[in-house]
Amino acid sequence: MDWTSILANVAGELFHPVTAAYVIAAIGLNVHFGLTGLLNMGQAGFMLIGAYGFAITTLAGNSALTGFLVGMAAAVLFALLLGMPTLWLRGDYLAIVTIAAAEIVRLIGRSTSMTWLTGGNAGIAGDGFKNAFHATCLLPEGSTTILFWTYPNCYSNSWWLRIVAWVLVALLCLLVWRLMRSPWGRVLKGIREDEDAVRSLGKSVYSYKMQSLILGGCMGALGGIVFVLPQAVQADSMGRPTTFFVWTLLLLGGAATVFGPVLGSMLLWSSLMLIKSVMRDVIPATVLRTEQIESFSFVVVGVTLMMLIIFRPQGILGDKKELSINVR
Amino acid sequence: MSADATRSVFSDVERVPGARKPDPILVADGVHRAFGGMVAVDVEHLEVQRGKITALIGPNGAGKTTLFNLLTGFDKPDKGEWSFNGRSLAGLPAGKVAKAGMVRTFQLTKALSRMTVIENMRLGAPRQPGENLVTALVPPLWRPREAEITEQAESLLRRFKLDAKRDDFAGSLSGGQRKLLEMARALMNGPEMIMLDEPMAGVNPALTQSLLGHIQALRDDGMTVLFVEHDMHMVRHISDWVVVMAEGRIVAEGPPDDVMRDQAVIDAYLGSDDAPSAHARQAGELLDVCRR
Repeated sequence: MDWTSILANVAGELFHPVTAAYVIAAIGLNVHFGLTGLLNMGQAGFMLIGAYGFAITTLAGNSALTGFLVGMAAAVLFALLLGMPTLWLRGDYLAIVTIAAAEIVRLIGRSTSMTWLTGGNAGIAGDGFKNAFHATCLLPEGSTTILFWTYPNCYSNSWWLRIVAWVLVALLCLLVWRLMRSPWGRVLKGIREDEDAVRSLGKSVYSYKMQSLILGGCMGALGGIVFVLPQAVQADSMGRPTTFFVWTLLLLGGAATVFGPVLGSMLLWSSLMLIKSVMRDVIPATVLRTEQIESFSFVVVGVTLMMLIIFRPQGILGDKKELSINVR
Repeated sequence: MSADATRSVFSDVERVPGARKPDPILVADGVHRAFGGMVAVDVEHLEVQRGKITALIGPNGAGKTTLFNLLTGFDKPDKGEWSFNGRSLAGLPAGKVAKAGMVRTFQLTKALSRMTVIENMRLGAPRQPGENLVTALVPPLWRPREAEITEQAESLLRRFKLDAKRDDFAGSLSGGQRKLLEMARALMNGPEMIMLDEPMAGVNPALTQSLLGHIQALRDDGMTVLFVEHDMHMVRHISDWVVVMAEGRIVAEGPPDDVMRDQAVIDAYLGSDDAPSAHARQAGELLDVCRR
């Protein structure tokens, strides 16, 4: 067994741009769920909205910054659209509406009639929309090898993308840390605990829930942009499973914590890679074929997560004391 | 405020439902709320005297809590008009009602369990600039106000003897302590009028006396108190004026001693319709209190 290459693969996942994309989307979900108690079951919808906004704008020849702004604006509109009818109601309604809305975005994106805009089922190929981000690169062209990892400096799945993605993660962690410890975050936590109590103290609960939905949604959209930059925009790559991965890694790391999404995403994707690589090496192809190993590794991860939820329901970084009160 | 002064304020007030008060802080007119075919609240006229403790009593299902919900914006009436300090509150959402100076507590205590006692208190304070998303990012803009709030919160916690619990999660408090915390948190808002929905429900008898003392202290500080209560001893002990509801209507008003001897009140409690036994028990309690 080639442990060097296996470990290089696993460690490569730790700082992969897609790992960072999931972190960013999960930070957004943490604002929704961990801080405010909003059950957003359609974070993938926000990601897809952001990705389409960015890709379509930059494909038309605009800068990466414009693309980013369009992605954010689209996410704000999407959040307003979802929030206006549902935030008056009990939490479950937002869950139903978000899961349906995310599916609507995906199905419209992949429909044949939208091929002129979204590329339909085939999506938007990478080489078209990536140039704008490529143009922002501060590194020299070429590729660099550091230890076991060789990536292009600027193009597609690059060192530059890694730097930008993880700097974004750091900035968002800082933002969430600041907000969680501010009076604004306190109001959100109050809403999470009991929104009628917060209402009785003279706060406009609806407005705070809307702010939270928009802020977390924008983070989701940013996650979507980072998600597609090393690959292509493809509607089905951001469907229901993506939403549940985001939920999984948030709960794994610990909701309502600053670093929970970071730890959760790194752990989920690197352990998945570890299980896949080891199984490919150890299990003969006559027993399990490569694509079966792909599926089976998710089964293993799923069982591990079930164990985690049973034995450590607050997640790795979560506060047991806080959770035990809620369970009582 | 002495008992004599209280008597003189109410001396000219008629002992009839919807009686005019010399200086009402809250005036409600024609408030009507039906759930399906069942009329829950149908109040023609109600005035609540400023700076006094008014009790709202009545048998189960009389519409007391529903009226509370309507007046505080937690429910919408089918029709009706009410004003607080001369300003109409009808149709305002709950948050704006609280901002106007009328803060309520709940029958089932709403302590924010996974927040500490001091955070619960801080949340009650108004005018914290850091509650704005943008300002929140710049601590120097909200730290001075936060220090003020914390000081006010700590002094209230001392008054309610919760200072030892300052950094505990509110979820770890006993039922009675939660009632106290909820009341203290409401006071952080600096209300002119506080509305307590069954402040004694679930409170251990040892705490009852101190809770009664706290409520009287609120009145002595100049606050108006309106409370719903089933405990007749409490009503008799601390209220200056009693309003009796039955089947959604106000059936009697008056000072506690008079009201409890009122035939309409005893009838309301005894009832003639459904669940007579429960009403009879409450009426028995009422008569029991009157005899003392």
